[in-house]
Amino acid sequence: MDNSTSPAQVRGKSGVVHNTLVYMRQHWQLYVLFILPAFLLTLIFKYIPMGGVLIAFMDYNPFRGLLGSEWVGFDHFQRFLTSPDFLKYLANTLKLSVYGLLWGFPVPILLAFLLNRILSKGIKRKIQLVLYMPNFVSVIVLCGIVRILLSPTGMINSLLGTSTNFMTMPQAFRTIYIASGIWQGAGWASIIYTAALSNASKDLKEAAVIDGANLIQQIKAVEWPAIKDTVLIQFIMQVGNVMSIGFEKAYALQTDLNLNASEIISTYVYKKGILDGDYGFSTAVGLFNTVINVILLVSMNKIVQRMNEGKGI
Amino acid sequence: MKKKSEFAKYPAEDKAILIVGYVLLGLFVIAILLPMAYIILASFIEPVTLQNSGLTFDFSKWTLMAYERVVSNAQIWTGFKNAVIYSVVFTVLSVVITLLAAYPMSRADFRGRGLFNTMFIITMFFGGGLIPTYLLISNLGLLDSMWAVVLPGAFSVWNMIIARTYYQGVPRDLQEAAEIDGATEMVYFFKILLPVCTPIIATLAMWQFVGMWNSYFDAMIYLNSASKQPLQLVLRSILIQNQPEPGMVSDMQSTAARAQLAELLKYATIIISSLPLMVMYPFFQKYFDSGIMAGAVKG
Repeated sequence: MDNSTSPAQVRGKSGVVHNTLVYMRQHWQLYVLFILPAFLLTLIFKYIPMGGVLIAFMDYNPFRGLLGSEWVGFDHFQRFLTSPDFLKYLANTLKLSVYGLLWGFPVPILLAFLLNRILSKGIKRKIQLVLYMPNFVSVIVLCGIVRILLSPTGMINSLLGTSTNFMTMPQAFRTIYIASGIWQGAGWASIIYTAALSNASKDLKEAAVIDGANLIQQIKAVEWPAIKDTVLIQFIMQVGNVMSIGFEKAYALQTDLNLNASEIISTYVYKKGILDGDYGFSTAVGLFNTVINVILLVSMNKIVQRMNEGKGI
Repeated sequence: MKKKSEFAKYPAEDKAILIVGYVLLGLFVIAILLPMAYIILASFIEPVTLQNSGLTFDFSKWTLMAYERVVSNAQIWTGFKNAVIYSVVFTVLSVVITLLAAYPMSRADFRGRGLFNTMFIITMFFGGGLIPTYLLISNLGLLDSMWAVVLPGAFSVWNMIIARTYYQGVPRDLQEAAEIDGATEMVYFFKILLPVCTPIIATLAMWQFVGMWNSYFDAMIYLNSASKQPLQLVLRSILIQNQPEPGMVSDMQSTAARAQLAELLKYATIIISSLPLMVMYPFFQKYFDSGIMAGAVKG
């Protein structure tokens, strides 16, 4: 019996439960109408698949299901980590995203600085319209454009007077991927810096001009401080995302002949899993990628949090 | 006049730097426009001419053939129709669910807020991955159904955070005035809060619509029937896999002629498929800055 518990304790405990129940009864719409749809979608489409990662440790057979399939421990991981392909795909993934970050990161910042120095509002707006436009082109159309421009009879070859088939060259893949990414995304990515720059106080800039500061000094004293934090945060967040490089574009730029550079972990997971039906192995490779990704994301997020609290890095 | 005088204020070496900068910016703009202009022009040129000598302004070599063939192809229109349906359904569902969920999450007194928050945030970092999700969709009997494409991503945690931040920025007075007037929660949310949130609603709707319209991965793995394919999958077979829809090129006599025509069809396909978003795009422009900034607040 619970004679041993003091009456106060009982009241305290049930009091909290009681209050919550009263709150829930009073505000039942918040639970049933507002949060329930999101809760159910998250539970079904996010949490059930999380449980599904157990497949990575199984010789999964779809006919026997999760309960009937045999456990194989870390066999799939071992098979992947010891295969000669592992280092190649990991390197392809990292090179694609790290080079992409290094080449692609400065461009939007530069664009924002230049846009900020355009004196006519009307011209600035027109240029922005053009700069943002490629962001609305789909991955498929972008890759379609890349393929026809680079085809042996396409625009680039007729400009160069050659007939090289760039899409079949592994050594050209990363350049194509990264350059088309800058073409498509740099303008859009500059918005955030443009906004931060326009927040830089006009007075401050005028003061700098009156003091006779030249362009470089103005940038150092006024504009750079205005966007420094944004630049840092963007950089850290993008570093956190180097392992979550997308499937769609890499797959749409792949050809049988450039696979040596273009096969990345996400495209490999797709081929092994969906095309070959090697469910357990594919899940293991995906899980390996996710785990690295989580570690990166969480640590980068911690850094950003500390910065936001003003503690610096 | 004003422009000139402002530019004239800069000392000589600054002018030089600025001019270099303007040239760079101009080059970037040209680099964006040039491929687009090339594709528009090339789409009107006879296949043989295009392959042998590239662009020409000899208008006797121009033709609307590619457009006629693309427009008269039924699969393209099926793709358009499906893309519109999926994008509209997805946008409506997603925006409604996200806006609703953001409301309790924006209230400090909401009991269970911490729990829900943790539950949602975890999904931003960790997920089951491709195969577990695929097997779930398959077990739910959703393979080859629109819901497989539309439901799993309908609740976006990121957008919920943006909406929540926006709600919290709505002046307290509004809420207090509503409470004094005896407005219930439902009335406050629908009649008072939502109307002042239209900028963020428009931004979220635009993101979701464009995102669904332009994606192809989910449709590629979940939808098998040709009748259910969205536009991007139809485009994929024409542009990426080099497989024009049956009937588009089959009347050509030689393989070479077929290949040339297939190449030309790509240009026209790109133009036709991009038209809707490109035409609507300038009207959206005013929402960009506000939307991106709303995202940046949290970033």
